[in-house]
Amino acid sequence: MWVCWLLGVAVFVYCWQRISEATTWFFVWDAPRIANDIWTRATPPRWDYIAQLGRPVWDTLNIATLGTMIALCIAVPVAFMAARNTTPSRLFVRPIALLIIVSTRSINSLIWALLLIAIIGPGVFAGIIAIAIRSVGFCAKLLYEAIEEIDESQVEAITATGASRWQVMTYGIVPQILPAFAGIAVFRWDINIRESTVLGLVGAGGIGLQLQASLNVLAWPQVSLILLVILAAVVLGEWVSAKVRGAII
Amino acid sequence: MLRLESLTKTYKTGDKALQSVDLEVPEGQVLALIGPSGAGKSTLIRCINRLVEPTSGKVWLGETELTTLNQRALRRARRRMGMIFQEYALVERLTVMENVLSGRLGYVGFWRSLTRRYPQSDVDEAFRLLDRVGLLAMADKRADELSGGQRQRVGICRALIQNPELLLVDEPTASLDPKTSRQIMRLICELCDERGLAAIINIHDVALAQMFVQRVIGLRTGAMEFDGAPEKLTPEVLTAIYGEEDWEATIRKVEEEGEEVAAQ
Repeated sequence: MWVCWLLGVAVFVYCWQRISEATTWFFVWDAPRIANDIWTRATPPRWDYIAQLGRPVWDTLNIATLGTMIALCIAVPVAFMAARNTTPSRLFVRPIALLIIVSTRSINSLIWALLLIAIIGPGVFAGIIAIAIRSVGFCAKLLYEAIEEIDESQVEAITATGASRWQVMTYGIVPQILPAFAGIAVFRWDINIRESTVLGLVGAGGIGLQLQASLNVLAWPQVSLILLVILAAVVLGEWVSAKVRGAII
Repeated sequence: MLRLESLTKTYKTGDKALQSVDLEVPEGQVLALIGPSGAGKSTLIRCINRLVEPTSGKVWLGETELTTLNQRALRRARRRMGMIFQEYALVERLTVMENVLSGRLGYVGFWRSLTRRYPQSDVDEAFRLLDRVGLLAMADKRADELSGGQRQRVGICRALIQNPELLLVDEPTASLDPKTSRQIMRLICELCDERGLAAIINIHDVALAQMFVQRVIGLRTGAMEFDGAPEKLTPEVLTAIYGEEDWEATIRKVEEEGEEVAAQ
């Protein structure tokens, strides 16, 4: 028992020492003063700058909304191909669909934006595509889990009437997953508003672009205003999604 | 009308659910399929409309052999067989009317069904059926707002609007209370009588089966153990189907219930 404690303390001290060596302590001791300095420079925010922010905020909301819509269009067929009970082929199609889900989910939208800016140039469009790609995996994963959890007896009943494959889909499956679908869509839109605010940092349009520009010229009053606007946008998104989700469920 | 020839189903796990079942159902006959859980009752019913693919054997519906049909022809054949389920299997989030009309899916094209533009004759028939089972007022309610007995009536309407020749009924009363169970069984048998439909009814409740049907089939471990009139169900026969148990109580109960019903 005591040996364990001793070992633990020894490891802790050793790690502390390593971190300490890698830290420039002067900057750390300096931190409160700098923070205070920035705070005094940043307050009060430059309120009249808001006139120039309308457009970027609108862009940001558009990136989130269009990105989510494109993502859903792709995610729905992918989800049906990935779900065990609806996939056309478990051996070939399902692994491909799962690969799409995993690969789009594993890379952050900021990195997608960096790649896409290199490919299609900077701007809002790159942001939309970045958000869309990142969201496909997320939406498809949640949706295919919802599809796998449906009540099979309803599907059986529709099949037994002599309905075609597509009719079974629209009557037996779609009504069952519709609430899940709406919930996923709104949830992802909410996340995407937050993600799209940073996309501008790498040049993919929206309010992040303004933030980057202001940071570069050390215009702290503008930075603080932008942060407030982002906060407002996120709160708005959260409020809308809460309302919509409340209406569905 | 319906003829099964050495119908066999072996599941992938090796379970022999049906072992060479031969059965002939004449037009307009209502028969009950009894047997312990796992005897293959559900499998038998589902092998007829191929919700479960039989391993071997033949199923004749009139002049059509069902086991070799391609998908398209199978869908056409399924229109002739209405199915009623244990847990009702209604599409919970659709309205009662939509659920009834879904019985016409085999006759209506995809786009028409998607946009809910059913032929007026179908809609009229749906109203007529809902009126017949006493649910006319519920037509626009969502299916999940209904009680168990009401849901099963909707299930019956959905099966009948197909204009079938045969009803496949899977445990119609297993989720219902005793009174509702009887009402539902009576309704099914009345409707079969009105329309001259044949029906195969899977049922757990032996007493209930005896009250309503003309013929009883006993299934045990996938093979037919008994085939005869309901009065011929003696304790010996029930023992052969279900195993050793004191059956006198069950059978006496039937007689008492019979009198009770007559008294009503």
